[in-house]
Amino acid sequence: MTHDSRKIVTTPIVDNNPIILQVLGICSALAVTSKLTTAITMCLALTAVTALSNVLISTIRNHIPSSVRIIIQMTIISSLVIVVDQILKAYAYGISKDLSVFVGLIITNCIVMGRAEAYAMKHPPWASLLDGLGNGLGYSTILLTVGVVRELLGSGSLFGVQILALAKNGGWYVPNGLLLLPPSAFFLIGLIIWAVRSWKPAQVEKPDFRIQRAHQSEVA
Amino acid sequence: MSAPDTPTASGPLASILALPNDSGKKTLFMAFSVCLVCSVVVAAAAVGLRPQQIANQEADRIRNIVEVAGIQQPGESIMKAYERIEVELIKLDDGSASDALDPNTFNIQRATKDPAISHALKRRDDPAGLKRRTDYMPIYKVRDASGKLKTLILPIHGAGLWSTLYGFLALDGDLRTAHGLKFYQHAETPGLGGEVDNPKWRALWQGKVVYDEQWAPSIALVKGTVDTSLPGAEHKVDGLAGATLTSRGVTRLINYWLGEHGYGPLIERLRNERG
Repeated sequence: MTHDSRKIVTTPIVDNNPIILQVLGICSALAVTSKLTTAITMCLALTAVTALSNVLISTIRNHIPSSVRIIIQMTIISSLVIVVDQILKAYAYGISKDLSVFVGLIITNCIVMGRAEAYAMKHPPWASLLDGLGNGLGYSTILLTVGVVRELLGSGSLFGVQILALAKNGGWYVPNGLLLLPPSAFFLIGLIIWAVRSWKPAQVEKPDFRIQRAHQSEVA
Repeated sequence: MSAPDTPTASGPLASILALPNDSGKKTLFMAFSVCLVCSVVVAAAAVGLRPQQIANQEADRIRNIVEVAGIQQPGESIMKAYERIEVELIKLDDGSASDALDPNTFNIQRATKDPAISHALKRRDDPAGLKRRTDYMPIYKVRDASGKLKTLILPIHGAGLWSTLYGFLALDGDLRTAHGLKFYQHAETPGLGGEVDNPKWRALWQGKVVYDEQWAPSIALVKGTVDTSLPGAEHKVDGLAGATLTSRGVTRLINYWLGEHGYGPLIERLRNERG
């Protein structure tokens, strides 16, 4: 893999992460991260859809009329999502029951649409595929980080395997019920954004406005 | 630029692709062909995977029935255990056996939406928040060696806090002692209402008495832990901590299904048959 293609894949993981920098796809990140199995299935589903939709849209990008381009993107994306949903129902029934509507909601996930419109419409298929994979990986990194914290501290397990012995089953660990509720994912993503922006100050946005001190001196 | 998705360089296709992107003809052509290709792909996936999906749903239903009946012997497959279960379709209004529909393919959600075999419930007759109730239900029986009813498994459902809970209630042969309870589909809060799935909580149901002396449904989830020294403790089960509304929903739906609008007529018939 050349340097350039590696960059397309790795940039979205930290430097241009779809969740923590662009703040897209938050809804599903809140909903499916209380268990790692659902989180990892969601990551795979979203990565597959983003990569494939990028390739398909990029393949026909020179023939997409600009007046109907969003609808064409949506048609391709939603068809892929339905196919993924059907495959999960056929081969991973238990997980598809846990994910319920959230696989279907990949259709409205801004990351998929965002990559199609911002990248695949302007770049050749191979680069678009890498971009789709990279953004899927960026999304997965955050989902899995949040999922590990939520499942470990919320239910004392990882992938459903008990790690911390729960007090209600005679162990020592009293789980933090808040971590099983969606708001906790919000707090965790907030903390991750804070940590990453302290590490890479380039990600900090300029404030939209500043409070001026000048007025005070005028009053005085 | 040549079209990467069409290797043919001549013919009507090439002439349409050569049109400017924003011409009306090409817009229509692109919209139509994308829709056509996508619908073929979606239809192929849906049709091709359908048998596998139905098999999954069926296996899931059977697994839950066998689990709530508690008849699986060590080392025995679920299908093998299921063969010992007798399936029967009943008409809920009078509890009579019916052959109007195939109980093995009966789908509660679909039947509840079908106006021919379901009816809307009045608000006061609907403590379990069903809105509509099907006229038929499949029931499952396990018999002992002498052919006497050992376990009766009844499908139940009703509203919890966020979702409708679907499950099975198993009764012992005396028709008033609970054998087990299992919800196989719900979307209650994980860790709170979702604890209806907790095996420790489900184990509390075994031996609870769901009917009082007059055969009126009498079972309730109570706050905290049931004090077994008080009279009536056999009609009470520990509520779910932090899930008052789910607990209330479970109480209401079980009492509804055991009552006169649910399986009441069936229980009466089975009691009379037993003599």
